[in-house]
Amino acid sequence: MDSPIVVESNASPVIKTKLKRKKRFSMDFTLALLFLLPSVILIAIFVYGFIGWTGYVSLSNWNTLVPDFSFVGLKNFLFLFHDFRFLSDVRNTVVFTILFIGIVLILGLVLSIFLDQKIRGEAIFRNILFFPMALSFVVTGVVWQWILNPSTGVNLFLKKFGIEPLWYTDTHILAGVKLGQIEVGAPVAIIAVVIAAVWQMTGFSLAMYLAGLRGISDELKEAARMDGATEFQVYWKVIIPLLRPITVSVIIIMAHISLKIFDLIYSMTGPGANFVTDVPGVYMFETTFRGNFYANGAAIAIIMLLTVAIFIVPYLIISRRGDSSGS
Amino acid sequence: MALRRLSKPMLYLILIVLCLLFLMPVYVILVTSVKPLDQVTLSDMWKLPTALDFSSYQVAFEKLAPNFLNSLYLVIPATFLSALLGALNGYVLSKWRFKGSEILFTAILFGMFIPYQSILIPLIQFLRNIGLYNTIPGLILVHVVYGIPITTLMFRNFYANIPFSMIESAKIDGAGFLRIFYYIMIPLSLSGFVVVAIWQFTNIWNEFLFAVTITTSDQQPIMVALQNLSGSQIVQWNVQMAGALLAALPTLLVYIFLGKYFVKGLLAGSVKG
Repeated sequence: MDSPIVVESNASPVIKTKLKRKKRFSMDFTLALLFLLPSVILIAIFVYGFIGWTGYVSLSNWNTLVPDFSFVGLKNFLFLFHDFRFLSDVRNTVVFTILFIGIVLILGLVLSIFLDQKIRGEAIFRNILFFPMALSFVVTGVVWQWILNPSTGVNLFLKKFGIEPLWYTDTHILAGVKLGQIEVGAPVAIIAVVIAAVWQMTGFSLAMYLAGLRGISDELKEAARMDGATEFQVYWKVIIPLLRPITVSVIIIMAHISLKIFDLIYSMTGPGANFVTDVPGVYMFETTFRGNFYANGAAIAIIMLLTVAIFIVPYLIISRRGDSSGS
Repeated sequence: MALRRLSKPMLYLILIVLCLLFLMPVYVILVTSVKPLDQVTLSDMWKLPTALDFSSYQVAFEKLAPNFLNSLYLVIPATFLSALLGALNGYVLSKWRFKGSEILFTAILFGMFIPYQSILIPLIQFLRNIGLYNTIPGLILVHVVYGIPITTLMFRNFYANIPFSMIESAKIDGAGFLRIFYYIMIPLSLSGFVVVAIWQFTNIWNEFLFAVTITTSDQQPIMVALQNLSGSQIVQWNVQMAGALLAALPTLLVYIFLGKYFVKGLLAGSVKG
């Protein structure tokens, strides 16, 4: 694709301009690299350098206000794997991630199919379902804390039906099995946080699926119908498989949001009683910046990074590989 | 087809109910925030106020105004700088490719997905050392740097759609790197600038982790102040809800008036373009 030389009839000026352009070209290339360089240096330092530095801190003894970089090996990590709070965080993150991604995916897919039925007022529905995405997780947290407050909020309605959930103050663990220090299972309190997160992020999967559906031709659906497929079969057997790349993207992006979530939980519930709504992001923040356990905080951060990297690195490599051949 | 026609009313019903559920928090914010203090009792939460009282907005505004300004001082330069940087990077990485530029781009993109907890400790040490800790310029620097991956990605995808032949003919006319950028790429990517600016504006305005760890008290952006407001026991719910609305207003307005571009940015953030 690099500068094909245009053939012209007049010979000598062409050679001259060719030489000139070659010189020009290399000068331009130097300029291009020069303009890219600051960003590359910034990313190298602020992303990769700092990650390395955090890794170094995580292996150190810096658990007081005064930095102490003496090497302690994996001590901080071993501490976490026996720590009631961190083990609770792992359990909560797993439960939160599964519920959050599952609901966002299904709701987004179903709603996108609904909105794709050429219905009237589609733009209004779309705008209402999208708008929470423009808000901050902090705003979401503050508002849902009020709505799901056990003594007010939706409970005022639910009371009439004889149910009064404790929402995020509930300390029960569903299907709880005592395993070592913690009860493994699904903390009921997580459901409240999932509701708020789903409210905020469903618009994302809806937008992605809608864009995908718009890319599928009507003829394809028509052909499937001609072959005698019911409307349900058309979607289940033809459309949804075609949307698989979008499903993968949504899962990956939701997974990385869920694994590093901090602001929503910090502003809505905090760690909760018995850490039923605690997550690594909140623990890292509190232990590092409120408790001065820098090395422990760094260890939590490194574990978070590795978990996210498991999803993101293959995704990046695969989607970039598919992309680089084009334009 | 018959099945489809039959289920249409059902479809509308489900959509309307869901939309009402989605709007419920808005109702709660609006209704609670205009209630006089004596009506903000737990049991009357869902009831409409008997009289409109905007004093909660006055209280919330007094408490949040300085932080609102901090956020503006933060978000305007940070958005401008990161859009400019992203445009240059996207231009180089789409039109001046070199050996290894694709790998470099992927390495840059990784920075967009990392949990920022994994760089916070060194970042704060670094900001302390260069004297930018607890300052708005420090936060601007942070947002510009960590905005590089997403803005580069968005602009690179925009510029991938501008044909090489256009660049080639400009080169033949004697235009160099900067002239092509200034006279061809920028004019052709104005909508790209809008998308990226809206995206960065929304993200930086809404951001909390950097804000809460890098700034204290009078330097804090709006979201930290809102969180403090809601964490305090003495602040009434009507003030909290008014505060939430004030804090959300700028990004909500952007969404209402420029929602199309916001959604474009959202889709552009999923790596493939």
